[in-house]
Amino acid sequence: MVTVNHPPLAGGQRGVDENATFAKHFRHSTPIAVLGNGEMQIRHPADSRVIAGIVALAAIALLIGGAFVGLILEGARDPSGAASAFDSYLFRVARFTLWQALLSTLLSVVPALLVARALSRHPRFFGRDLILQLFAVPLALPAIVAALGILALYGRAGYFAGVLTAIGGQGWPGIYGLSGILVAHAFFNLPLATRLFLEALGTVPADQWRLASQLGMGARPAFRLIEWPTLRAALPGVAGLVFMLCITSFTIVLTLGGGPRATTLEVAIYQALRFDFDPARAVTLTLLQIVLTFIVVLALMRLGANTVGDANLPVAPRRYLSPSIVETVLNAALIVLALLFVAGPMAATVTSGLGADLGRLAGESAVRQATLTSAVLALLAALLSVALSLSLVMARRALALNHRIGAKTLLEHATDTGAGFVLVVPPIVIGAGWFLLLRTVSDVFAIAPVMVVTVNAVMAMPFAIRAIRPGYDAASERHERLCLLLGITGWNRFRLVDWPSLRRPLATGFAFAMALSLGDLGVIALFGSDSLQTLPYLLLARMGSYRTMDAAGLALLLGLVCLALVLAASWLGRREKS
Amino acid sequence: MTHNSAENDTAVRLEKVSFSYGEAPFLFDVEFAASKITAIMGPSGSGKSTLLNLVAGFEMPRSGRVLIGGADVGAKPPSARPVSMVFQENNLFAHLSVERNVGLGRSPSLRLTEADRAAIAGALKRVGLAGKEQRLPRELSGGERQRVALARVLVRDRPVLLLDEPFASLGPALRDDMLDLVAGVHAERRMTVLFVTHQPEDARRIGQDMVFLDNGTVAATGAAAGFFTKAGPEAFRHYIGAGPFGGGSRDIARKRT
Repeated sequence: MVTVNHPPLAGGQRGVDENATFAKHFRHSTPIAVLGNGEMQIRHPADSRVIAGIVALAAIALLIGGAFVGLILEGARDPSGAASAFDSYLFRVARFTLWQALLSTLLSVVPALLVARALSRHPRFFGRDLILQLFAVPLALPAIVAALGILALYGRAGYFAGVLTAIGGQGWPGIYGLSGILVAHAFFNLPLATRLFLEALGTVPADQWRLASQLGMGARPAFRLIEWPTLRAALPGVAGLVFMLCITSFTIVLTLGGGPRATTLEVAIYQALRFDFDPARAVTLTLLQIVLTFIVVLALMRLGANTVGDANLPVAPRRYLSPSIVETVLNAALIVLALLFVAGPMAATVTSGLGADLGRLAGESAVRQATLTSAVLALLAALLSVALSLSLVMARRALALNHRIGAKTLLEHATDTGAGFVLVVPPIVIGAGWFLLLRTVSDVFAIAPVMVVTVNAVMAMPFAIRAIRPGYDAASERHERLCLLLGITGWNRFRLVDWPSLRRPLATGFAFAMALSLGDLGVIALFGSDSLQTLPYLLLARMGSYRTMDAAGLALLLGLVCLALVLAASWLGRREKS
Repeated sequence: MTHNSAENDTAVRLEKVSFSYGEAPFLFDVEFAASKITAIMGPSGSGKSTLLNLVAGFEMPRSGRVLIGGADVGAKPPSARPVSMVFQENNLFAHLSVERNVGLGRSPSLRLTEADRAAIAGALKRVGLAGKEQRLPRELSGGERQRVALARVLVRDRPVLLLDEPFASLGPALRDDMLDLVAGVHAERRMTVLFVTHQPEDARRIGQDMVFLDNGTVAATGAAAGFFTKAGPEAFRHYIGAGPFGGGSRDIARKRT
């Protein structure tokens, strides 16, 4: 980048010259404007890609806007009810939401700093890639599956119950409540934060490491002078992201939270709608949740955080390190501990799942029906998600090529960062809004499939866009002028140019979106019924009726399918890069 | 339409064409003679590529007219202009075979007739790539890839050819081969060629006319031969370095815009 230090302007002429130089530099350093050798911007009338983007934005706006209309109408119908919902219960729930998120963040991020550093100190050892792969699994593992795994391990009747009873001297009470929530959140976010920190450490130039080893820098000075500055720069973003994920966590709190003492806003919204049927309270809770997430996202954006976890693995660059034996032992211990913590619930899911009567489960019509429903809904959600994402990506690119240097249009901003704002509105909030809107005009359970598909599609969009955008932009960078020159447009362009170069990124995005929506227990918790059950919903029902073995078997099935999808996604993504 | 050795009348004219990216203004008022190879030279940022982009239709002038063969092409999209262009890189679609890449010059939907196929085979033979029809671009050398682009220029058969430093990343010997190929093709088809280059040797080798740009505008024009004498325009002599020609110009020549 060009930095222009403005001395106090001596005369007008000088200022003009400087501006001209600055403009030129700016032009040359603008990535979108540089193609091949020349600098250029394409300026042509209406592009079908922009229209696709506008349609996608309109669909998203309709989904989110409809939910808000529902909330506002309900609030207006019973304003005193909504106001009276501001009681001590509400404040207790809000306080617990923040408190558990804060603790979860600390418990995830601090160990992650140490583990990431340990991993970066040892760029090559047997099993390192496997560990990193394993650390990617929680990103796609359905929360309800993880919750069951944690219960199978640390629950009242879990594998560790005997040991824990022996240590405690009295009956192990199990891990429900705050402790369960914290363990589950750490299970999800410790590996995520580790990978993000590792990625940050990967950006330290190899030359710095070479220099450090030449100067004989030991572990401590290297940490202080090289690693810590990098980690500290990444810290606010990573911590913010984890905090955000914990504040909007629904499934974990629903399954592991213990009654009214350990309830978050999202779960309270669900309970207000499904159990107490107190719409006024639901409105208040929802508004509070929106305000809370909005503040967090705003803070995150100020910190420049990346609000979407990455599904790809960081590559270990060549380093020049020689850790001492003591350090190696410490690092190994750290890595093994983290590995056990992350792998434990997964292993417990497998063993307890294998203990279930899988043959009988597979024969049950309810299970078959739920599997089929899940597959169809997830397939549709993934298709919709990829289509919406591709539309936004194409429109953003087309607009970026069109606009002159200077201000972006509102539309371009919307196609660019608009998708990120989806995260401000948690699925439960959208579901609650539509639930309230439609309950007066029709049977809310009748529109359940539509809600599940659309909300899951939109929720997976930030991930799908992450998968698609780099590929599309790179392909466009290579092909844009050529297509214009040769007159390759519309369908021909998609068939001959875009599709061949986007097949893999699209498949990556599709698989990831499908895994996310397969495992989702957000909207379906609100809209599910006997006539519409997905696997996670059925799982929750079996847990609720204490058919633990059934639940374990279903969790294994669901976990394996999601894992296969995510592995496919990352395999497709990697092949694309090579 | 073929242009076998007959002179065509498609001069390229920029009539008081103004353009700017943000604040850096360009103003071009210049004519490129029909059926000649005009070398366009100038320092980085002087507007060489911008000028080609304006002719090709990738950029729209703020004011002024772009005339090709006397007709105002301002309203036409790039593919409808009587123009082919070869860029420094990314001239080919990486996932399409050599034959299909050339075929796109005939049909943007790749629906090719027998006559099209014959023309493609002939063009590939002309540029020395016979037998490599089914290769993918990544299986070709840098020079071969630019030959594919030239083959596509042949099958498109447009009267104007824009070359935007197409050989800048090739080694000297290979570059000379390519220049000779361009000169040979030009002798057969008599297209109007606008050739942007950083290398004075390139301009000397095949340039007939010369346009020198500086600071976003045309600083000098004339026969290429005249530029390389003591009587050449001073700005140009300053640019390529005084003293024996080519002597100090390598560093400048290496620099890419």
